[in-house]
Amino acid sequence: MTSVVSAQGLGKRYGSRWALSDCTLDVPAGRVVGLVGPNAAGKTTLLNLAVGLLAPTTGTIEVLGGRPATGPEQLAKVGFVAQDTPTYESLSVEDHLRLGAHLNPGWDDALARDRIQRLGLDLAQRAGKLSGGQRAQLALTLGVAKRPQVLILDEPVASLDPLARREFLQDLMEAVAEHELSVVLSSHLVSDLERVCDHLIVLVASRVQLAGDIDTLLATHRRLTGARRDPGTLPADQHVIAASHTDRQTTVLVRTEAPIHDPAWSVGDLGMEDLVLAYMREDTRDRDNRPALEVLR
Amino acid sequence: MIWLTWRQFRAAGAMTAAALAALAVVLVVTGPGLADDYSTGIAACTAQGGDCSNFVDRFFRDHRNTGLAVTSVVLVLPALIGIFWGAPLIARELDAGTHRLVWNQSVTRTRWLAVKLGLVGLAAVAVVGLGSLGVEWWSDPIDKAAVAAQNVSRIEPPLFGARGIAPMGYAAFAFALGVTLGMLLRRTIPAMALTLAIFVGLQVAIAELVRPHLITPTRATVEITPSNVDEFIFLGGPDGPLQVGAQAAEQGAWVLSGHTVDASGRAVETITGQRSLSPTSGACAPPEEPPAQQAEGPGEDLAPCLAELKRLGYRQRVTYQPASHFWPLQWRETAIYTALAIALSGFCFWWLRRRVS
Amino acid sequence: MTGPLIEFHLDGRSGLPPYQQLVRQVRHALRLGLLREGDQLPTVKDVVALLAINPNTVLKAYRELEHEGLVAARPGIGTFVTRTLTDGTLAAHGPLRQDLLRWLASARRAGLDEESIEALFMTTFRTAAQEDVA
Repeated sequence: MTSVVSAQGLGKRYGSRWALSDCTLDVPAGRVVGLVGPNAAGKTTLLNLAVGLLAPTTGTIEVLGGRPATGPEQLAKVGFVAQDTPTYESLSVEDHLRLGAHLNPGWDDALARDRIQRLGLDLAQRAGKLSGGQRAQLALTLGVAKRPQVLILDEPVASLDPLARREFLQDLMEAVAEHELSVVLSSHLVSDLERVCDHLIVLVASRVQLAGDIDTLLATHRRLTGARRDPGTLPADQHVIAASHTDRQTTVLVRTEAPIHDPAWSVGDLGMEDLVLAYMREDTRDRDNRPALEVLR
Repeated sequence: MIWLTWRQFRAAGAMTAAALAALAVVLVVTGPGLADDYSTGIAACTAQGGDCSNFVDRFFRDHRNTGLAVTSVVLVLPALIGIFWGAPLIARELDAGTHRLVWNQSVTRTRWLAVKLGLVGLAAVAVVGLGSLGVEWWSDPIDKAAVAAQNVSRIEPPLFGARGIAPMGYAAFAFALGVTLGMLLRRTIPAMALTLAIFVGLQVAIAELVRPHLITPTRATVEITPSNVDEFIFLGGPDGPLQVGAQAAEQGAWVLSGHTVDASGRAVETITGQRSLSPTSGACAPPEEPPAQQAEGPGEDLAPCLAELKRLGYRQRVTYQPASHFWPLQWRETAIYTALAIALSGFCFWWLRRRVS
Repeated sequence: MTGPLIEFHLDGRSGLPPYQQLVRQVRHALRLGLLREGDQLPTVKDVVALLAINPNTVLKAYRELEHEGLVAARPGIGTFVTRTLTDGTLAAHGPLRQDLLRWLASARRAGLDEESIEALFMTTFRTAAQEDVA
């Protein structure tokens, strides 16, 4: 199966600052991929590189086996909804649909109009007069009706109220179910991603800290609680992600493939939010030095 | 892409079409009357056997301001095109972030720019072309009167830039300049301001420094006669030196420079040491009675003085572009502006492929 | 068919993974008789449009139910109930079940693990079936 996004040593520099460094990813197709990380971690940079709005400083990136934005076929395969869902203020909803129809050979007009009708949008309404949620839905319609193989969305729900957010995700998942779409979705809200994603990439300080199928990640991470001890005493196949201590007690988050037999520990599972937060913390003093590459299937 | 270009251009295009239509109405309504006035006036004064300088003088003075106003529309049009059509073309997309929407449809950036640049650029050149053509047709009588009355011809600035094909070259360049600056600056208003500044600066620079040398100017030594003298000043005191200047012998030429030469061919700044040219006595002294109203021409009362000047051997060496050079200059200058426009467009394509996010 | 027969919901604090919650809710509906044999489960599209969850989650739940023998997927058409869990059926076989439970308890006490019990049952079952035929 082709990877939906495949990057090797990808990096982007602005002046002296690296917005993204040493990024190596191999994301399988057919997934809803969540890209999570704090603000300014490099999420938008990575997505812009994936759609060809930026050119890499180092390394390479391929989307569905092709270099981004290198021609109409590649562009047709990838749908993109940018941050703040840009739309043409002075153009009506109808104009936007015509834009899609004229600029995309694969445009499915029936699908687009059906969606617009179900959403209750007024075709004659100018996009500048729509609410934030409606603009996001319009942008999503444009992305989906183009019938791409992968849809990339940059923080599409960040500025939406809870109802608009839920409706957007409902529509997105319906489109995924109906058209077998791959999705790459970035957010700094973990709770949204938990419902819809089955593959996760954690990006912190311009580096990939964690990447893998969520089921596997949750199955291979454990929280160990026990009497106070040095995390360095753990066996080599248990990689310490984070550790915290009180006078009497030590709590360690580990990643391991093997079952944990040490009776001194109480072993518990991690929820996705705790998992992501553990990797998002930069002051993990007891963390192993691991390479930025982390791909688990 | 053609549909989208049209849809985005619709408002600006409609406004321009309306303005152009209004101008056309004015020209069409008043033009034939103007031409008629001129031709009947000329017919009348030639039928009476006299020369027509009275008539052309009056005609020119009567219509000069209107003519200037209409001509200045053509002078200003390329700059307006550059500012209002060129600068926002890319800048508005980058400003609003809509490039992130439109560059992710299934058209490449190159094709997107090619259609927008091509269609709107062509429209720009066409609009300016039509406008300048209309104005040139309408101004024809006034232009003729100007040459006859004041020896002001269309080869001289500023008329040169409003006649012939030059305005279309300017329009192409101004448009390309606006698009380029909009792309580089990414904000519409600063791009508009900078486009105006650079365009005006370049227009002035080319008119002053480049145009005179596009074709080798003609050099001739001419006599200073009452019909071509344009400078006659006694500097300093009673026996002060005399400074003279003259235009070319041909009508409708664009004088670039000139200096007086004496009988031996040596250039002189001013004429000194000639007793017969003293301002207090002799041929060049002002007449005792105030001169009668001279209708024959500005230099008539200097005729005896100038005759003495000629006897002494003083001439004017003039460097000028004759009227016949009008079209060659037009072609060459338009070629320069067109080449600049093409270069800027090529730069835009190259720059855009570097993936501006 | 006018629409989905049941509606799912997710409880964020239940501690159960989402797919297991769906499985439970189907089993509950079967037990209550809200879903009967031959009924179609809500389509994946309908479920995700309501819950905003990943379609694979729903597929996983339906696969689990299929593995339990409760439903069967008909490709291109949908997923249909093949067996109910109503108490009626259970009640009819109550005594048999009790016998079986007692036997299982004895087997465990004798030291058999799950695989051994299953192996013992299957071999005895097949042998008995052949003897019947013969």
